[in-house]
Amino acid sequence: MAYDVVVIGAGSVGNPAGMFLAQRGMKVLVIDEHAAPGQGQNKAAIGGVRATHSDPAKIMFGLRSLEHFSSFHDTYGLDIGWKKGGYCFPAFDDKIEGVLKGLLGTQHQYGLDIDWHGPETIREAVPGINEHNLRGGTFSPGDGQVSPLMYADACWKVALNNGAHYRFNETVTGITVQSGRVTKVTTNRGEYPTAAVLNAAGAGASRVGALTSLDIPVQPDSHEAGISAPIRPFLDPLVVDLRPGPEGKTANFYFGQNNEGQIIFCYTPKELFVGENTESTSEFLPVISRRLIDLIPAFQHLLVRRVWRGLYPMTPDGVPVVDRVEEIEGMYLGVGMCGQGFMIGPGVAECLANLIVEGEPTIPPDVFAELSFQRDFYAAKAEALK
Amino acid sequence: MSSNADFRLRSHPILPIEDRPTVSFRFNGEPLQAFEGEVISSALFARGIRVFGHHASDDAPQGMFCANGQCSQCLVVADGVPVKGCMVPVREGMDIRSCEGIPELALSESLPEFTDIRTLNVPVLIVGGGPSGLTAAAELGALGIRTLLIDDKFELGGKLTLQTHSFFGSRGDCYAGTRGIDIATILADEVAGHESVEVWLGATAVGIYHDKKIGVMRGDEYTLVEPEVIIVAAGAREKGLAFPGCDLPGVYGAGAFQTLVNRDRIRASDKLFIVGGGNVGLIAAYHALQAGIEVVGLVEALPAVGGYKVHQDKIKRLGVPVWTSHTVVRAEGGETVERVTIAAVDEKFNPIPGTHRTFEIDTLLIAVGLSPVNELLIKARDYGIKAFAAGDSQEIAEASAAIFSGRIVGREVARELGHDVEIPDEWRTTAEVLRSKPGETLPVESVEPEGESFPIFRCSQEIPCNPCIEVCPLKHIEIPDGSIMGLPEYVGDDCIKCGKCVLVCPGLAVAIVIKDDPEKKKASIMLPWELPLGDLQEGSMVETVDDDGNEVGQGAIKKIKLGKYADRRYLITVEVPFEHRMKVAGFRPHPVAEPCAVDEGEAQDGDPVVCRCSRVRKSGIVGEIRAGVRDMNQLKASVRSGMGACGGNTCTELILRIFREEGVDPSEVTLPSERPLETEVPLSAFAGVKNRKKK
Repeated sequence: MAYDVVVIGAGSVGNPAGMFLAQRGMKVLVIDEHAAPGQGQNKAAIGGVRATHSDPAKIMFGLRSLEHFSSFHDTYGLDIGWKKGGYCFPAFDDKIEGVLKGLLGTQHQYGLDIDWHGPETIREAVPGINEHNLRGGTFSPGDGQVSPLMYADACWKVALNNGAHYRFNETVTGITVQSGRVTKVTTNRGEYPTAAVLNAAGAGASRVGALTSLDIPVQPDSHEAGISAPIRPFLDPLVVDLRPGPEGKTANFYFGQNNEGQIIFCYTPKELFVGENTESTSEFLPVISRRLIDLIPAFQHLLVRRVWRGLYPMTPDGVPVVDRVEEIEGMYLGVGMCGQGFMIGPGVAECLANLIVEGEPTIPPDVFAELSFQRDFYAAKAEALK
Repeated sequence: MSSNADFRLRSHPILPIEDRPTVSFRFNGEPLQAFEGEVISSALFARGIRVFGHHASDDAPQGMFCANGQCSQCLVVADGVPVKGCMVPVREGMDIRSCEGIPELALSESLPEFTDIRTLNVPVLIVGGGPSGLTAAAELGALGIRTLLIDDKFELGGKLTLQTHSFFGSRGDCYAGTRGIDIATILADEVAGHESVEVWLGATAVGIYHDKKIGVMRGDEYTLVEPEVIIVAAGAREKGLAFPGCDLPGVYGAGAFQTLVNRDRIRASDKLFIVGGGNVGLIAAYHALQAGIEVVGLVEALPAVGGYKVHQDKIKRLGVPVWTSHTVVRAEGGETVERVTIAAVDEKFNPIPGTHRTFEIDTLLIAVGLSPVNELLIKARDYGIKAFAAGDSQEIAEASAAIFSGRIVGREVARELGHDVEIPDEWRTTAEVLRSKPGETLPVESVEPEGESFPIFRCSQEIPCNPCIEVCPLKHIEIPDGSIMGLPEYVGDDCIKCGKCVLVCPGLAVAIVIKDDPEKKKASIMLPWELPLGDLQEGSMVETVDDDGNEVGQGAIKKIKLGKYADRRYLITVEVPFEHRMKVAGFRPHPVAEPCAVDEGEAQDGDPVVCRCSRVRKSGIVGEIRAGVRDMNQLKASVRSGMGACGGNTCTELILRIFREEGVDPSEVTLPSERPLETEVPLSAFAGVKNRKKK
């Protein structure tokens, strides 16, 4: 059977791409080396979904993804653990207060519902917060949380219902290009003729790129995360504390309470762990526990249930690649999500589906151009909110 | 139940009942007393409180399940903090509340003081102070190798500390004929004699990390241990069984039952039913009888019990019905289990219509097998730590085998560390023999031996055991082929009726027949007894029974003796009619009536809970399998199974069984990924928060 599109990777981007493409009548096959959808780095996401970014493309994809997540249950009747609790970035010093306030202009320009609030409001939003030096913070009520596991499963089910095919436990070993056109995908278990290929291989994107001699500058680094036993709901927003930690290990940290009452937490390491290792280290819990308890002392009684480590498929400039490949007709890229694949995944996937089916992206050309595969990845550009 | 109820054992034929200092606590506002150091769950059980809370999702009652810190069914809120009732001792003044739904986080905490987490380097870390961990530690200690032995309980010995019965095997290799509880002491003393072995009690290995460190919780303190070699001697976990009502409080594992009864001296039940005829189930029945608990019956799905025949004979002689080719169909009750329904099964293990019987009970034990606790071992090897397994973590077998194989592992580790120490070939042979599954049951010759007195061995199954041949002062008991797997034979004609063989036999399978009545109207049978004597005394009339527990006739007790070799086992001489002399294998103080079935009702279709933590029922899992799911990690997403406190330790095997029932080959199924932590740990521990429990 010949496909219109073969999607490589059933993760944050590939899984919803399979769904959107199938919904638009494409014959689509999604291939993943794992045994089920979302079992690569997708499920390692902590599930915070926000449009609160500083980069216009991410804001737009974030907003579109939020629309998709928040209406998913009503549209498809499947629970994805959606919780609309907003995002809160508290500030404890001038510098972070300045950064957060400075972003509000761009954020408002692209339609984000976000404002600066004084310490009383932040105290209400984050009960039990250690108020020492609390200056206030931003709150964006439209952001929220989704269970990455539940979404991956639900999305797969909707995709199947729309006629998408999935092949699991299969590794792509070759992509055939004839006369400058994609014609076939080969795996360790089969061959699939196709008119188009979407590389949505996450942390493995550059390996898949190499199959057609494309140099895709995606290099994973890793972040650890953990989850507690459930406690009665008390915390609405996902909280991001942008302060680097006094221990010298954390650049910032964040946590939230999911729709089942569990606290999910993570920190951004000051020195990145580059590589594909996803086994937990002994350093994570001693470091994150102090930060969490320091911010909300009552967290000392949380029971920690599980920890894990996931990969951020990074591009050199921290901006994803969402594009078609000029030199190979039918080759599309949705890679380098830089750790935000889950929260912007549906927006990215929908844009790619539109690009494949209609030849046009869903976002304005100037914004889309930022995501180009042809861009200079090494041009200095500091993203304020990563 | 009323708080005035008292479910503590007042006497026990084997275990000492000591007066212990008490502490006061409150449960849901009611003032109660506990023994000092007693865990919360046992303190509550002692008052007849068997429901500890209700599940958030469907308000289902929650109670004791593993009694081993592995699950979270016994969660209660102690002084505002959710804790596992089975692991946390009651403290004076503790305010304990049942856990109703999801526990609340007390937000009024002030900022605590942090301390650094210590990293400890040791040549050897042994996880588990049961039989194999102790003997491995003893071997390493004898060589002066620095070893840290950790155990999550507050006493060394592991499951040995729960075993009131005498052990099989040979006396020299593994203390055969000695009670498990006493072997625990012997081995713990041996380890204590070695200065290079440090023991941490109340210490759990909670996680293993890629940087080759193992996180250990010892009380409130978290330490990272970095060993050169790790020995995983963490024992086994009990397999579960999914049937309607399996999630009711009062349905739990045999290990939990032994913990309540034999460790904490609680009369955990009045009417007990057991599912599973392996040694664990058979022994649990015997332990219940020792504690004065009525055992309503035992079912085994296979046509014969899997445990030692002597263990089965023991309980049958005491009147416990053993139904083979039967299974449990459902359990029912309100807040706790009140009834069990069983049925005969066909060769495919499906219940046969019309064979259902229901019994009134208050506790249902599940003893359907063990699986190794080896997650740490697998991860340690993945991470490049030199890792060894001992005991059940290596291979499920009897404790006698674990005692012996632990020594071998200890020496293997010593060699790994460069010590020149020999492992005799015969050790490996012995280890192999002790690991043997029970062999054939052979027909016993009923030829009456010569002499006025002689022993009879109702030992017809090949199991590794030989203390009887070692104790006979005349050396007139032999195993013909010399192997300890063989069956003993009496080869003399001049038995002196010393009773040593009766007293030492772990299976209680030896009787001495004494034909001293010149008129040959009566004979006397010398039998072992290690249950409460109750109203038994010299002159009491008893019902005599044969090997299978069938009534033979009447007997009169002539003599009750607790001799110097007795070790809490009575030697009771019963006078019987002469013609019964070769038949009588035991007696019952009172005739036992066949338990009465209260309802002949057929089983309704039920949808059993498979994942207890998330209350996931079988139908949900079947639906996903039929929709094409082959990855247990995806089941976590769709039905939420395996996402709870036990980390899938309870339901993974059950779900694999459902895959098989649905015709899916287990090789097609992806198992859930293993991640730290092994058990839930308060965040404070990782931050080195001190004195968090002071109130």
